[in-house]
Amino acid sequence: MQGEIVTLIGPNGAGKTTLLRLLLGLTKPSTGAIWRRPGLRIGYMPQRLHIDNSMPMSVQRFLQLGQPGIKAAQAQTALDRVGAGQLLQASLANLSGGEMQRVLLARAASRKPQLLVLDEPTQGVDVGGQSELYQLIATLRDELNCGVLLVSHDLHLVMAATDRVLCLNQHICCHGHPEQVSRDPAYLELFGDKVAPYTHQHNHQHKLSGDIAGECTNNHCGAKSGGKNREQH
Amino acid sequence: MVEFGELLHSQFLWYALGAGLLVALASGPLGCFAVWRRMAYFGDTLAHSALLGVTLGFVLHIMPTLAVGATCCLLAILLVYLQRRQKLAVDTLLGILSHSMLALGIVTVSLFEIKVDLLSLLLGDLLAVGARDLALISITVLGILGLLYWLWEKLLAFTLHEELASVEGIPVERVRMALMLMLALLIAIAMKVVGVLLITALLIIPAATARRLSRTPEQMALLASLIGCLAVVFGLLASILWDTPAGPSIVLAAAVFFLSSQLRPVTAK
Repeated sequence: MQGEIVTLIGPNGAGKTTLLRLLLGLTKPSTGAIWRRPGLRIGYMPQRLHIDNSMPMSVQRFLQLGQPGIKAAQAQTALDRVGAGQLLQASLANLSGGEMQRVLLARAASRKPQLLVLDEPTQGVDVGGQSELYQLIATLRDELNCGVLLVSHDLHLVMAATDRVLCLNQHICCHGHPEQVSRDPAYLELFGDKVAPYTHQHNHQHKLSGDIAGECTNNHCGAKSGGKNREQH
Repeated sequence: MVEFGELLHSQFLWYALGAGLLVALASGPLGCFAVWRRMAYFGDTLAHSALLGVTLGFVLHIMPTLAVGATCCLLAILLVYLQRRQKLAVDTLLGILSHSMLALGIVTVSLFEIKVDLLSLLLGDLLAVGARDLALISITVLGILGLLYWLWEKLLAFTLHEELASVEGIPVERVRMALMLMLALLIAIAMKVVGVLLITALLIIPAATARRLSRTPEQMALLASLIGCLAVVFGLLASILWDTPAGPSIVLAAAVFFLSSQLRPVTAK
């Protein structure tokens, strides 16, 4: 959906990255089909970018790479927007983890994407920087009016800025809105980033393989579940 | 030194210089990609198949450079294909292929009882470059440089992050194949200049030397070409003055440049 932030969560090996790669067209599905709006412009922020020190490349050149429309001033604007304006002339190989994530986000956003895909955007970022980065993603969504799909482990941080959560464990376990309260600005202001109100609702239990082991024995059941491995934008 | 003036009038010297400079021009930017993508061993593997190419050329009555070019290209395609579907590490795969190719080359040489000048194959035979060789080298180098210019941005994006490039609409597989084929062709023509043993040096050393002196990928590529050309000039001079083999002299000259570039104090870039 236009302008919606969808977060993929799930344990290791749940298939989050596989789903992401399928949606990005990096892996071909063995069965099923993916429908993509023709001409969909995707801004992709990979999990990490390791650049070998043997390649001399400045942040500015990286932002302009393959995007002839982006002039120095626009590269500067893109960096300013993610709070990394001072990095324009820095060497890509010397960036810290947090700086690199911001630069990657700036590049993804500078393509004016209709869909922003972020694979664990806060990897290697310290705790303070993490919530800042999530806020930034929400702001970018408002400015670009694009859909956002992100994979994350930081449940407590990411939920505040998410419209819909998709919980994977080999299949879609559950999906839904994080509780309304968590998005209330007053609530956020009061409690800062320590919000975790996505009530996790399962109606089944898992074997280690991720298969459904049977009806849920906990008493929190009631949410919908489905095995459809399909995502639309 | 009296001979030196006379030498300047001899055609073979100018052919040698022309061939060396042309190959150095193309190996500058391609060497940068070899350094950036850590493909040094890949060049070596292709070079190992040169002997097989030479024998095939002999059996099929094709010009050796052409036959080696074709063999290297086929091997490059095979490598790309195997890399995609093998679960083995790339260096394992390269090790298997390079030595199998070398063994196959040696076996075919003895099977067909071909007399191969191994020394000139291994170390190059720059001073024996003829007009036909020079023409072939010129065409290949022009082709490589043109392709590099055309694909430059795509190659850089592909080198930085393949998946990001793919999502952004760059035909990654075709770019990879283009890079491999350019390397294969370069190795085929460089064989005459420095020989199969030293081809990797001609790729890697100028690029590594240029790294310390450049701030952009383009600077590094151009500088690598320039350093390669200087190495060819000095190597050839040394070869004439002291009667040393041309290929190794060129590589040594490049190595001296590399060492002197390392003397420059490290600056944060």
